[in-house]
Amino acid sequence: MAMMNDSMTDNLDSEAPIIRIRDLVFRRGRKTILDGISMDIHRGSIVAFMGPSGAGKTTILRLISGQLRPDEGSVEVNGQLISSMSDRELQHFRRNIGVLLQDGALFTDLTVFENIATPVREHTDLPEPLIRRLVMSKLSAVGLGGIEERMPHELSGGMARRVAFARAVVLDPDIMLYDEPMTGLDPIAVSTIRTLMRETNKALGLTSLIVTHNVTQMQLLVDYCYIIASAKVAGEGRPADLNVSTDPGVDQFMNGKVEGPIPFHYQPPTSRWGLLD
Amino acid sequence: MERFTGPISQAGQCVLFLFRMLAGVRFSGSQVLTVLQQTYLIGARSLVIIMICGFFVGMVLSLQAINALEQFGASDQVSLLVGKSLFRELGPVLTALLFAGRAGTSITAEIGLMKATNQIEAMELMAIDPIQRIALPRFAAGVISVPLLTALFNALAILGSVVFSIGVMDLDAGIFWSKLQTGIYFEQDFLGGLWKSVVFGGTISLIAVYFGYSAKPTGSGVGTATTNTVVLSSVLVLIFDFIMTSFLT
Ligand SMILES: Nc1ncnc2c1ncn2[C@@H]1O[C@H](COP(=O)(O)OP(=O)(O)O)[C@@H](O)[C@H]1O
Ligand SMILES: [Mg+2]
Repeated sequence: MAMMNDSMTDNLDSEAPIIRIRDLVFRRGRKTILDGISMDIHRGSIVAFMGPSGAGKTTILRLISGQLRPDEGSVEVNGQLISSMSDRELQHFRRNIGVLLQDGALFTDLTVFENIATPVREHTDLPEPLIRRLVMSKLSAVGLGGIEERMPHELSGGMARRVAFARAVVLDPDIMLYDEPMTGLDPIAVSTIRTLMRETNKALGLTSLIVTHNVTQMQLLVDYCYIIASAKVAGEGRPADLNVSTDPGVDQFMNGKVEGPIPFHYQPPTSRWGLLD
Repeated sequence: MERFTGPISQAGQCVLFLFRMLAGVRFSGSQVLTVLQQTYLIGARSLVIIMICGFFVGMVLSLQAINALEQFGASDQVSLLVGKSLFRELGPVLTALLFAGRAGTSITAEIGLMKATNQIEAMELMAIDPIQRIALPRFAAGVISVPLLTALFNALAILGSVVFSIGVMDLDAGIFWSKLQTGIYFEQDFLGGLWKSVVFGGTISLIAVYFGYSAKPTGSGVGTATTNTVVLSSVLVLIFDFIMTSFLT
């Protein structure tokens, strides 16, 4: 695989990366959030983004889903350049990605059933009985058969996250983006979500990108991990390799050390008055 | 500089927001259904307060009118005075102000919270346009509900007037109703007021959905947006009322 050269990336065989990011730069005002990020994510893999809060992990997910546009560099998914898509193309593209946002983001005014049915109703013309079967099968796949008439506020954090998961995969996407899917859950719920992510990735042939702070879970779950710090990729590799890495930044993050190259102190922006921010 | 350009660019954004909503009008079955649902929710929310306030406004108007008219021995004209001022001004304006406080705030808070809990973002990611799905039905519901609520307010105010004038002050019921019937014109008084209330409904609900949609996605951001909705829409209702009254009558 390492032997394959660039000419291969032109045709979409299974070896070409499904997501290809090159020299990505993203700024907000004067602040550079991401500064020259490159990565190849292969079809079928589970990849983690780790790094301190505010490092720009969510921003990377938003650049991949086309919610944000890069200032420089490129993001390609399936060989298509995201930044050159029209609104209509982008809408179409998003049907093939499932996103699990922080805290699930269930629609609070709809029942569990209607939450999961929403993307189906919006994007297909399936008759009601089929929608019902689809939603119920997804619900039981996340182990929550029988709660379809409940409202989101009647669910525990772990259940809400699983409902949101069912909603994200209901249209069988190619790519799943997870933003801190395990944050704030109890250990059992964490394991449940991890197992779901792993099994769904395999069963549906997905590619999964996961932002997480949980080093232990990351090691159990993913094939490859990027550590983002100070707007750059501070380290990358398979979990086993990262574990024994001698790179001080990687070591600091993996082992939760205060001392190291990743700064603990907040660095204020350079503009002194903040008027132009 | 920001102090002067800020409000102007906000107003521009708000108008653009209106166009983006109107571009989403489809008259499809599901859209009509959500508009009706929202009209029910928003209207029902304001029903009780509108009825209570209408009734008491009718009573106090009659009280003052009778006091004033008595000096000329014309207290049998009370229904005319009450009716004119109600249908033309007080009905539409007071209903709009109450609606801004009751329904406008809850629309802003609801949308702001949806934003703060990432529900709006989740919709965009599902390739569902939140402006069409969330903002448009609430805006349309506002435009529909305010005239209906105004009519209800007027009806209850007349009832209040009847209770006070006929029940308490012992005026003649026949004179009361015939003055009302002959003195109030359907087109000038009733439709004129109704037309205003459509504009008020549009103004309030546009401001409410826009402020909710552009609220900072935090607790205090939603709070500020909610306050701004009441303040701005109340002020605009009174300004528009003067403009419409002076130009259209
Ligand atoms: N809407 C926004 N406006 C301005 N700055 C933002 C916005 N969203 C995020 N940022 C900034 O971008 C940086 C990266 O944010 P984010 O990608 O959310 O970090 P992470 O997910 O790694 O915690 C942070 O410093 C944050 O303050
Ligand atoms: Mg984040």
